Amino acid sequence: MYRAKVLIKRRPTILDPQGKAVEIGAHNLGLSNIRNTRIDKYIQFDIDTPDKSSAEKEVNDYCSKLLANPIMEDFEFNLSEWTPPEEKIK
Amino acid sequence: MSKPKFGVVVFPGSNCDHDTYYALKKLFNYDVNFLWHKDIDLKESDVIILPGGFSYGDYLRTGAIAKFSPIMNEVINFANKGGYVFGICNGFQILLETGLLPGVMLRNISLQFVCKDVYLLIENKKTVFTDGIQKEKSVLKIPIAHGEGNYFADEKTLNQLIENDQIVFKYSSKDGELNDESNPNGSVMNIAGIINKKGNVFGMMPHPERSSDTVLGKTDGSLIFNALANNILN
Repeated sequence: MYRAKVLIKRRPTILDPQGKAVEIGAHNLGLSNIRNTRIDKYIQFDIDTPDKSSAEKEVNDYCSKLLANPIMEDFEFNLSEWTPPEEKIK
Repeated sequence: MSKPKFGVVVFPGSNCDHDTYYALKKLFNYDVNFLWHKDIDLKESDVIILPGGFSYGDYLRTGAIAKFSPIMNEVINFANKGGYVFGICNGFQILLETGLLPGVMLRNISLQFVCKDVYLLIENKKTVFTDGIQKEKSVLKIPIAHGEGNYFADEKTLNQLIENDQIVFKYSSKDGELNDESNPNGSVMNIAGIINKKGNVFGMMPHPERSSDTVLGKTDGSLIFNALANNILN
């Protein structure tokens, strides 16, 4: 079992109205040095494959076909070996 | 064919499916069927409508999960064979996610959900969805209701849309003037509706089904449905 941690980021050229609005909040708070706030997505899930390379392939498919829209977003992920807590107990 | 047959797809979270059915069936007396998203039978429809709403709760991205509903494979095949597909609001967002239309929807620039009447300049009067409307009007008053209607496409795509005359509606003033004040969501070039290159797949953010009944005090939406029905018969 592997744990996948996926970061989905909008391309820098795509407007992020949420990030912009939040940054206005930061400036109103007196945090006047904050720049270029972007609100992106972090998605975590587990994947049950016998080896890392097949996990990578499937995670890549999941990201490129569903989790990210390739027109406006890029993604990156990392995979680490993961044992669910209930199996640890056994 | 004496009158066209419409199919209105129902996704979990669709909420304009009944309004669309009502407009087509009760107001205009066309043949209409609901098409459940898990079915794969398009019931011999001449036009497939993807209605407004919040399919799958708008989770992940608007329209992103609806694209994998079983019926969408059939809708994509139907569109690729030249069948007419009309996406309204969330339906437009689904067409963008499936790639049947180019571009993406971003959050409204104001970050607010905007629900109000807007004016639409008919930019391409020669599509099957608009041909004939110009005899009556060149600017339509139709309501919008969305939080993510800020249409965006890269420069290359926009140039293609312009070159191929694929921009059908633009947000405008009452007099058809294009300016920032008339743009309710920040859409690039005031784009409110686009059509594919072949001219059979069309998406628009405003809701023609909500401006079809005289009881509601505005009927410009009916011009679109009726133009479509007349044009595909001829």
